[in-house]
Amino acid sequence: MKITSIEDLRKIKEEAQKRAFLREGKAEYKVTVHMGTCGIAAGARQVMAAILDEIAKRGLTNVLVTQAGCIGLCDREPLVSVEKGTERVIYGDLTPEKARQIVASHLVNGHIVGEWVIHTER
Amino acid sequence: MFYRAHVLVEMTSGSIALGAAQLKEQLEREIARLGLQDEVKVLETGSFGAAIPSPFIAVYPDNIVYAPVSVQHVRKIVEEHLLKGRVVKELLFIGERGRDVTAFIPLSPMAKEKRVVLRNCGLIDPLNIEEYIARDGYMALAKVLTEMTPEEVIEVVKRSGLQGRGGAGFPTGLKWEFTRRAEGEEKYIVCNADEGEPGTFKDRLILEGDPHSVLEAMAIAGYAVGAREGYIYVRAEYPQSIRHLEVAIVQARERGLLGERILGTSFSFDVKIRRGAGAYVCGEETALLESIEGKRGEPRVKPPYPPQRGLWGKPTVINNVETLANIPPIILNGPEWFRGIGTPTCPGTKVFTLTGNVNTLGLVEVPMGITLRELVFEIGGGIRGGHGLKLVQTGGPSGGTMTPDLLDVPMAFDTLPRYNSALGSGALTVIDDTHCIVDVVRNFAEFFLHESCGKCTPCRVGNRRIVDILERIAKGLGTLEDLEKLSYLGHYMKATAFCGLGQAAPNPLLRCLEFFRDEFEAHVREKRCPQGICAMKPQAQPKKTLRV
Repeated sequence: MKITSIEDLRKIKEEAQKRAFLREGKAEYKVTVHMGTCGIAAGARQVMAAILDEIAKRGLTNVLVTQAGCIGLCDREPLVSVEKGTERVIYGDLTPEKARQIVASHLVNGHIVGEWVIHTER
Repeated sequence: MFYRAHVLVEMTSGSIALGAAQLKEQLEREIARLGLQDEVKVLETGSFGAAIPSPFIAVYPDNIVYAPVSVQHVRKIVEEHLLKGRVVKELLFIGERGRDVTAFIPLSPMAKEKRVVLRNCGLIDPLNIEEYIARDGYMALAKVLTEMTPEEVIEVVKRSGLQGRGGAGFPTGLKWEFTRRAEGEEKYIVCNADEGEPGTFKDRLILEGDPHSVLEAMAIAGYAVGAREGYIYVRAEYPQSIRHLEVAIVQARERGLLGERILGTSFSFDVKIRRGAGAYVCGEETALLESIEGKRGEPRVKPPYPPQRGLWGKPTVINNVETLANIPPIILNGPEWFRGIGTPTCPGTKVFTLTGNVNTLGLVEVPMGITLRELVFEIGGGIRGGHGLKLVQTGGPSGGTMTPDLLDVPMAFDTLPRYNSALGSGALTVIDDTHCIVDVVRNFAEFFLHESCGKCTPCRVGNRRIVDILERIAKGLGTLEDLEKLSYLGHYMKATAFCGLGQAAPNPLLRCLEFFRDEFEAHVREKRCPQGICAMKPQAQPKKTLRV
């Protein structure tokens, strides 16, 4: 597609920045899926896939998704932590469906889903 | 598709030689094997400079860099890091040595580095124009086309104090102004990417890592001087630079950022690539023009200079790759910003290529005015093997010879000539004290002998004689008179050679004759090579010769 005005160029720049934003290190939320062997066995891969899919569907660009190892709560896996600034919320016993709801509620609307929270830090 | 991670593989000519292409293939295979291909995106990028060894793999958003990496490491990186989120400690180069990927550390250049030219190198995928646009790419072109007159553009470049980074240090704004004022409808912009100085490879890595910055700057120059056509003269030994430029030109045309009516304005500009056939002299601007015109690459009589009569006799701007890469940030941030970097008389940064007997090798971009001591001993990590420093050749054989007494001189275009040295193109060839000065100088002289175009006698015959005399000295047959002859020949060539290359050829010889007089005299008086390198026997070959 030809760029025929400076407005077009700005638009393309914004879209391109959305695609490359995760290299800029500027995001509101950081979502960590715990991917120890225990997590993977309990379905962390499916949880991860659901989160990524939901983010893609909603076109969110303020979220980084990463993965980390086991944090020692193997019986509550799959675990996902959501960080914003210094605040950290850990959800446990997740399913892909629950993960999608966390994206919608916590990441989009800013409401922590209290019933699945197993730990919070500030 | 939402990719949670971007994995960048360094894909430069240097890293490809070290197996980067296989690395990328293996990475993609392993990612597909674990079914991560919809989550993790693999991209190519350019060199991050001396700050990171080659080849590297950078993982975002974790800001983790693994370097140097080879094919057998890939499986572990994918299984541990990309699947399970555990940093592979033993391969880690930058990042936190924690158990998990929890802290994001920004990827930063070395302390003392300041990145203007290399702003995108090693951070973006050069084969995707959108990545360049995401980082303000083509915004400077849009700004000049919509908000500035050509005169204003030239004024900004003049006020910035930008000087040509190819070695001569001529003010870029003046060059543009002369070309704008020259009469004629047809004018040309030429980018000199015939980087032939031994030890210099900055232009290659700029073109490989960020080709669009050069294209954008050429279009800006075209608008400023009134040219519709540009040529990039790249040496054919740089296939990766040529490939990246070709892809970049096609993408820029598709997007309407090159070609007819750029960004919907009345300005049209297009760029063609011309390949050099490997002659060193074609880096000289008028020889380069001859070569583009399809003639034998020999320098022209100056004046007239290219801004008056250049390509096909038309007014022409010839700028080096690095000079051009400075233009877009100057337009966007203003000349005062640029003047705030470097020294008052020589603003901006310089990209140096560290080579030779130094611990850290590669590109570094530092503010002008940095000292050689900082470059070699701080950024370069000192001399390899704990030896002493003998000399640093700046800007390749035709540049300046910096002896240890000049370690604290600020490096800039205007300061080094005071010490009979020159900044040149930015090569820093560090030579330690195990090398013999006769051998070093002979190596440089052989280079010029080979590359002399033969047009003028002082260069064609002078270099031959210099090599003959140095060979004689290395065989123990030299006399004191030979040293006088060398000095005479050198001064004679400096004064009478036709072009800058012939005039510069004796520079290292003259400086070394002066500074390392003792060593030369040991060879001719005592028939002794203090470093034990020259054979000092009539028939024998030298034991170990320097190759730079």
